[in-house]
Amino acid sequence: MEDYLPPAEAGRLRPDPAPATPHPAHGETHRPHKHDSGDKHVSGRAIYADDIAEPAALVHVYIAYARFAKGRLAADLDKVAAAPGVIKVLTGDDVRGENDVGPVKHDEIMLALEGGIAAVAYHGQPLFAVVAETRRSARLAAECAVIEAVEETPVITIEDAIAAGDAVDAPYRMARGDAAAAIAAAPHRLAGRIEIGGQEHFSLEGQIAIATPGEDDDMHVVSSTQHPSETQEVVARVLGVPAHAVTVEARRLGGGFGGKETQGNLMAAIAALAARATGRPAKVRPDRDDDFIITGKRHDFRIDYEVGFDAAGHLLGVSFIQHARCGWSLDLSRAICDRAMFHADNAYAIPALDVVSHRWRTNTCSNTAFRGFGGPQGMVGIERVIEHVAHTLGLDPLAVRRANLYRASMPASVRTTHYHMEVEDAVIDEIVDDLVRTSDYEARRAAIAEWNTASPIIKRGIALTPVKFGISFTTTFLNQAGALVHVYKDGSVMINHGGIEMGQGVYIKVAQVAADAFGLPLERVKITATRTDKVPNTSATAASSGADMNAMATLDACATIRARLAAFAAERAGVAAEDVVFAGGWVDAGATRTDFDALVHEAYLARIGLSATGFYATPRIHWDRESASGRPFYYFAYGAAVSEAAIDTLTGESRILRADILHDVGRSLNPAVDLGQIEGGFVQGMGWLTTEELWWDRTGRLATHAPSTYKIPTAADRPRDMRIAIWPKGVNRELTVRRSKAVGEPPLMLAISAHQAIGAAIAAASGGFAHLDAPATPERILDALSGAR
Amino acid sequence: MRESPSTETITFFLNGERVDIADMPPTTTLLEWLRARGLTGAKEGCAEGDCGACTVAVRRPDGAGLATRAVNACIMALPMAHGADIVTIEGIAADGAPHPIQREMADRHASQCGFCTPGIVMALWSREAGAPADRQAVEDRLAGNLCRCTGYGPILEAAEASAAAADALGDPVADAARADALAAIPPLDYRADDRRFLAPDTEAAFADALADAPDATILSGATDFGLWITKRLFDPPMILSTARLDALKTIEREGDQLVVGAALPLAAFAAAVLAPWPQLGEMMRRFGGMQVRNAGTVGGNIANGSPIGDLPPALIAAGATLELGHRDGPRRLPLEEYFIAYGQQDRQPGEYVRRVLIPLAGLDRLSCHKVSKRFDSDITAILGCFALTLEVGVVAEARLAFGGMAGTPKRALATEAALVGKIYDRESVASAASALAEDFQPMSDQRASAAYRLAVAKNLLMRDVVERTAPETVTRLAGRAAERIGA
Repeated sequence: MEDYLPPAEAGRLRPDPAPATPHPAHGETHRPHKHDSGDKHVSGRAIYADDIAEPAALVHVYIAYARFAKGRLAADLDKVAAAPGVIKVLTGDDVRGENDVGPVKHDEIMLALEGGIAAVAYHGQPLFAVVAETRRSARLAAECAVIEAVEETPVITIEDAIAAGDAVDAPYRMARGDAAAAIAAAPHRLAGRIEIGGQEHFSLEGQIAIATPGEDDDMHVVSSTQHPSETQEVVARVLGVPAHAVTVEARRLGGGFGGKETQGNLMAAIAALAARATGRPAKVRPDRDDDFIITGKRHDFRIDYEVGFDAAGHLLGVSFIQHARCGWSLDLSRAICDRAMFHADNAYAIPALDVVSHRWRTNTCSNTAFRGFGGPQGMVGIERVIEHVAHTLGLDPLAVRRANLYRASMPASVRTTHYHMEVEDAVIDEIVDDLVRTSDYEARRAAIAEWNTASPIIKRGIALTPVKFGISFTTTFLNQAGALVHVYKDGSVMINHGGIEMGQGVYIKVAQVAADAFGLPLERVKITATRTDKVPNTSATAASSGADMNAMATLDACATIRARLAAFAAERAGVAAEDVVFAGGWVDAGATRTDFDALVHEAYLARIGLSATGFYATPRIHWDRESASGRPFYYFAYGAAVSEAAIDTLTGESRILRADILHDVGRSLNPAVDLGQIEGGFVQGMGWLTTEELWWDRTGRLATHAPSTYKIPTAADRPRDMRIAIWPKGVNRELTVRRSKAVGEPPLMLAISAHQAIGAAIAAASGGFAHLDAPATPERILDALSGAR
Repeated sequence: MRESPSTETITFFLNGERVDIADMPPTTTLLEWLRARGLTGAKEGCAEGDCGACTVAVRRPDGAGLATRAVNACIMALPMAHGADIVTIEGIAADGAPHPIQREMADRHASQCGFCTPGIVMALWSREAGAPADRQAVEDRLAGNLCRCTGYGPILEAAEASAAAADALGDPVADAARADALAAIPPLDYRADDRRFLAPDTEAAFADALADAPDATILSGATDFGLWITKRLFDPPMILSTARLDALKTIEREGDQLVVGAALPLAAFAAAVLAPWPQLGEMMRRFGGMQVRNAGTVGGNIANGSPIGDLPPALIAAGATLELGHRDGPRRLPLEEYFIAYGQQDRQPGEYVRRVLIPLAGLDRLSCHKVSKRFDSDITAILGCFALTLEVGVVAEARLAFGGMAGTPKRALATEAALVGKIYDRESVASAASALAEDFQPMSDQRASAAYRLAVAKNLLMRDVVERTAPETVTRLAGRAAERIGA
C-alpha cells in the first residue's frame, strides 16, 4: 500500500501543521475539483434513469399495495385485467424463481398475493403489479381490484411491539466492565429515556427501475440502486436465472442516503418480472406518495439509560437498552442495530458500558439503511446522558464531555470501547479544543445567558457535541471492492468500479486518484457507469466506504498497468523500473522523457496489456459477533460542531442561528466535495432532529407521505451563520487512499449539537433539564417546556 | 368587455419555438408533456408542487413586456400554458454560454446529486432584473425548492454572486415581438377525448359557461387541482379556467376597502400588502413556496374551503366580505359565512368566487401568527389572525379568526365576547382564553395534537398582547422580526 502513496505523502504520519490546502505538486488529488457532472447538473443535461429515452415498446408497471396494516385479504383481479390499457396483472403466482426480495434473510415476500390471497404485514405491502401501456392506465386499473380484507389489530409503536414481544432478530449485547455494579457504586445516579424518530430519505429522485429483456434469459436493468450487485442477485433470484444473465447498471442516482441500498430491489425485480412476462422493456416508477408508503426509513428508537457518575461528571458506568422499530421484515436491521450499539459510547471512554439491543417487529414499513446506519441514534443516546448528567451537576455539558473524551494520552486499556477495540487514533480532544477556540464558545455562552435574562419569550441556547464514527462495514466480508481500468491506444483512460455516484462525488475522487496514478491531467480519465458486467461482486456504496475502497481498488488496477508501462519504458531506456516516473503527462525513464500517450501507443505495438482489474480488501479488521469483540473498524472519523438555537416559548418553534463545524477528513481527496458532504450532512441531520416527523395513525397508516406533510429543511432553515472547516491537522494514521478519511455519514451526526442547543434553550427558559425527544418539533419543544413528556 | 373568438388549439411558445397542441388530454401536466418531448431537464420529484424540481418559467404579457414567473410544471395542466412563453432549463443558455447562475452554481459546487438543480436554476433564473438578491430574498425565492444534498450554502452563495451579472445580462431570451404574438392568441376552448377546457377572457362568458355547466370544475391556479390530477387521477369532463379573466386580477383601494379580484395570483397579493400591512405580508411570505404563490390565486384559496388555507382567517379577522359572481348578478356575504362545514361552502350552482372586499381599518388592526413544523412552505398547524380595536387599552371590538382549529376557518366568538370590555393584557387574555375550549374542539393529526393546538391558540393571543403592549420584546423567529435575535 505504501507504493500507492506519492513520496511526499508516504512519510507523513503526524498531523500536518499547515492547512490542508492543495498543492499543485500533488497532482489532481487533494484539489477542489468540481463534481464531474456539475456542468451537466446546472444545464439539465445529466441523465437520470427516468430521463433515458423510452423505447417504443415500453410498458409501465404500477405496484398495488395493501391499505391496512395487518391481516389477510382475498383479491379478485378480473376487473383489473380487463381495464383499458392493461397488458398483464402480476402476482406472486407469476414468479418462476423465488417470490422474495429480502436482502439478508429471505423474509420479504415480493408480491404478497398468491393464489388469490395475501397475508398483510404493513400498510403498503406490495400485493400485485399492473402492467399497462401507460403509467396512468396501470394506476387506474389497480383501483378496480375487488379486495376482501380481514383486519387484525396491528403492532405499530415500539410500545406495542414490546407488549407483543415479536422481534425480527434476537436481542444482542455488547459490554465492557460491570456497568450495573459501577452504577450502583457511583456517587450519583440517574435514569432516563429518549425517543428518537425515524427519517424518510427523500432523495429528490425516487425509486425507479427499467428492465429490458435480451436474448436467452438475459435481463438488463437500469436501477436507481446503491447496490447493483445485490440488485442483480435479487433480480436473478426472482427470475430464477443465474446471476450472469442479469446486468444492472447505474450511471448516477438523484440522491441515495441509504434509501437505495436495498429498497430499490423490489422495483428492479418487479420491472424484470414484467419485462420477462411481456417480452417488452418495463419501467417501475412509483409516485412519490407510494414510494414513501412502500419503502423503509431510518429506524426510530427508544433508548432507556442508567448512568452512574462522580461530582466532576466522569461517567463511571452507563447502561443502555436500545429498542429499535424494525418494521415488518429484517432487511438490514441487524447490522443497523449493531451500529447503534457500536456508537453508544460516541467519543467517550466509559469504564463500564453495557448496551442491550432489541430489534422489534412491527406492522410498518421495513426500516432500512439511512446515512449513519443506526450510529446517529446510538450517539443521541449517550449525548442525552451527558446532557442529563451536566444539568444535574449544574455543569456546562461541554465540561462533562471533555471530562470523558477518548484521549491519545490515556493508557490503551482505558482508551478501549465496549466492543473491546482500542481507539488508536483518538484526536477528538484536539478537535474539540480547536473548535472551542474558533467558535468562541465560552464568550458566546456567557453572552447568550445574559441575553436570555432580558428576553422573556425567545430563548437561546448553545451546545457543542463531538462525533466519533467507525469506518468499515461491520459485516467484515463486505469490505472488498473491485475496479476495471482500461488504457486505450491513444492514452486515454477509462475507469470503472463498484462505487455508485449519488451526488457524494465518489466518481470524481476516484478519477483524481487514478489520474495521479498515471501522472495525467484529470480530463484524460473517463468515468463510466457502474455495471455489474464490468466489476462483479461489489458491495453497496454505503458505510461511507465508497471512495476509501473503490479508489484503492482502482489504484490497484492502475498500478498493474503502470508497472507494465514502467517496465517497458525502463527496458527501452536502460534504467530500473523503479526509476520510471509518471508525472505531468510525461513518463521519465532516467533521462528519457516520453509523452504518456506516445509511450502507451508504443506499448500497444509491443503487445503489452493495457487493461487490468483491481481489488481491495480493507486490512486490519475483524469481528467476532459471538463474543461481541474485535476490531470492526479500520479507523474512526471525527468531528465536532457548535450549534446555537433560539426557541419561541409560546409556540415551541425553533431556529438554528449559527453552526460552527470542525471536521476531520484526514488529508482530503477533494476539499470542495468534502465540505459539501459536511454541510449537507449537518443540514440533513438537523432536519432529522427538528422538522422531519414521520407520523403514523393508530391503524398504521403513514400520514406524512409526501413533501407537503413531511418537512425536510428548506434554504431558510440552514443556519444563517455557518462556519465550516476541514480540520487542518487531519491525517489518517492508517494507510488509506492518500491518507484521507471517509466523509459520507459522519457529518450528519454533527447535528446532534442542534438538538442539544434547543435543549439548552429550553433549560434556559424552564430552569431545568429538558426531556426533549426527537424530532424537536414545535409541539415537542412546548411539551418539554411544560415538563410534560 | 369585448368577447374574443376562441381557438380550439393550445398555443404557446417553448424556448422560443411556437407549439400547437390539439390532441392531448387536458389533464396532461406540462411536466409530463415536456419530458415526453425529450426536455428532461425538469424533473418530477413529488408531483404535488412541493419540491420544485420541475420548476420552469412562464412568461406572459404584462403590458410593458413579458412578466416572468417560476411555476411548478408538475401541477400545471397543459392547457394552462396557452398563450404563454415557457422557458425551461434547456432554453436558458444562449448560444451554449451558461447563464451566470449556471456558471456560479457549477463553480461553487452547488450541485451534488444534481436532481434538484435544474429546478433551482430556473427558480433563480426567473428573478427579474433588479429584483432583490440578498440572503432573505434568495431564501424566499428558494422556499419551494428542496435540496437534500448540499445544505443549500453554495446555492445561496451562487445566487447572490450571480445577481449582478444576471442583472447586467437583462432578459437573455427577450424577443420584442413575443409579447405581441402572445397577446394575439385567442382565448382557449379546448376539447379532447370528450373533455373540455375553457378559458374565457371575459367574465360574462365565464359566468355564462358556469351557469350552463354548473358542475364544471373551476380552475384558478391549479395548486390544489394539480394534485387531484397527479394523485387522484381526476379527469373531469369540463374545466373552466379563470386564467384569462384579467378583470378579476385587480387589487385596488376603493373608498375604505381593499378590493381584490379572485383571479389575482397570491404573489401579486403578497407584494401589494407587504408594505402597508407587514404582518399580513409576513404571513404571505410563508404562504407556500414562490412557485405556488405565482400560480395560486386569492379566490382559489378561499373557494377551496380548506380548514388550513391561510388567507381566510386573515381576511375574516379583518372583516372581509365575499362577493360571489353569477350570470344573474353578484351576491355578497361575510366571508366567514361562506364556510359552512368541512368540505361544504355556501356556493350555489353557477356561482363563483368573484372578489373579496376587505375593510382597510380591519387590515390596519390585523396581526397574523402562523405556526407550522417548518417555517417556509409548510401547511399551517395553527394560524391565528387577530383584529382588535383598543380604546385606551380596553378591547372595544375583537375579531379572532383561526385556521387549523376546526373543520373550517373560524372565529373564536366566545373568546371574543370574553375579551370585549377588558383591558388588553396578559391577565385578561389568560382569563378569556379559557373560552377557546368552547370555541374549538380541534383534531389531532400529523401536524399537531388537539392539546397543542388549544395551548398555542391561547399563547398566540399572549404573543399578540406582548407585541401590542411591549413592542421592544423579541417575539418571532422567522422573517424580518427574527433579525433581532442575538442583536
